[in-house]
Amino acid sequence: MKELWDLFFTFAKMGVMTFGGGYAMLPILQREVVESKHWATEEELTDYFAIGQCTPGIIAVNTATFIGQKQRGTAGGIMATLGVVFPSVVIISLLAGVITAFSHLAWVQNAFAGVRVCVCVLIFNAVFKLWKKSVVDKITGVIFAFVLVASLLTDLSPVWFVLLAAAAGIAAKHPKKGGAAK
Amino acid sequence: MIYLQLFYEFFKTGLFAVGGGLATLPFLYSMADKTGWFTAGDLANMIAVGESTPGPIGINMATYVGYVTCGIPGAVVATLGLITPSIIVILIIASVLKAFRENRYVEAAFYGLRAASTALIAAAGLSVVAGAMLHLEVIPGTVTEVLAGIFNWPAIALAVAVFLLSNKVKWTKKLHPIVFIALSAVIGAVFRFAGM
Repeated sequence: MKELWDLFFTFAKMGVMTFGGGYAMLPILQREVVESKHWATEEELTDYFAIGQCTPGIIAVNTATFIGQKQRGTAGGIMATLGVVFPSVVIISLLAGVITAFSHLAWVQNAFAGVRVCVCVLIFNAVFKLWKKSVVDKITGVIFAFVLVASLLTDLSPVWFVLLAAAAGIAAKHPKKGGAAK
Repeated sequence: MIYLQLFYEFFKTGLFAVGGGLATLPFLYSMADKTGWFTAGDLANMIAVGESTPGPIGINMATYVGYVTCGIPGAVVATLGLITPSIIVILIIASVLKAFRENRYVEAAFYGLRAASTALIAAAGLSVVAGAMLHLEVIPGTVTEVLAGIFNWPAIALAVAVFLLSNKVKWTKKLHPIVFIALSAVIGAVFRFAGM
């Protein structure tokens, strides 16, 4: 039980220290999980992080589940994950109330209009980074262009595009014919 | 009943959003459209708040949407919905870790899927751009009148400045996004970006 709480509090601490996306969390994970607690080696952490990036869900959550599972099985995975999201739930719940209370003020609305412009740039900075890793050849270029245009023009749920693209990837690579896996 | 629906919507998001917090964005957009729980404009504010507060941005946005929809219980339910698929999927993968990494079907599926995920985030980003940098409420007139009126020039100038500072200028490109968000808030307030 003590170990489970240790997982919860350590990951809660890392949740507080992370600003932004899961990528911002990697250096913090290295310090806490590898150097201080010895819950995983540097190589294991890199593996978890890589898998966390290409499996469904938030990278920080996926990595927390991995490390918790390694320490204390299923219960450990759940406790580490609840730990990493706990600060967010508390802080955002407090803040959302405050923002709602002040949102009718003119200067708050003006400030948020400025912030929205900044958010556009931040999203495209992230897209450029992802682009380099995900659009690597003609086939992925076509998938990218098709999904971009189709999702702008239709109301289809993103779920369908994700499933279709996964099927297209399998069809394009013919994994069962390729004897030697890359 | 709304809690159940909230859990379901976020469970779906957690199951299909691949590639980190911003990958939830297209799902949140389609949720805003479908349910009317919040608007696309709210969502842009949520991204900014999610990015400038402690915690992974995907979790922060889910909590915020949940809170706006039905208070603190909503915040908890949305967050639990988002993380449940992760926990299940990762617990399964952790038990077959080696086989998973070396499976050719998995590798091929992700090869296609990553490109789609990037495209979905780009499309959601374009919707934010439309809200932040264009005057879509402009009254239709002649072509020249519409072209002159549709662009929100101060906003576009700010976007160019933030882009250059966050990508090109050596001293500023390593700065944390919060710095750019705070700066943009001040500029928006001083120059009355919402026209208030």
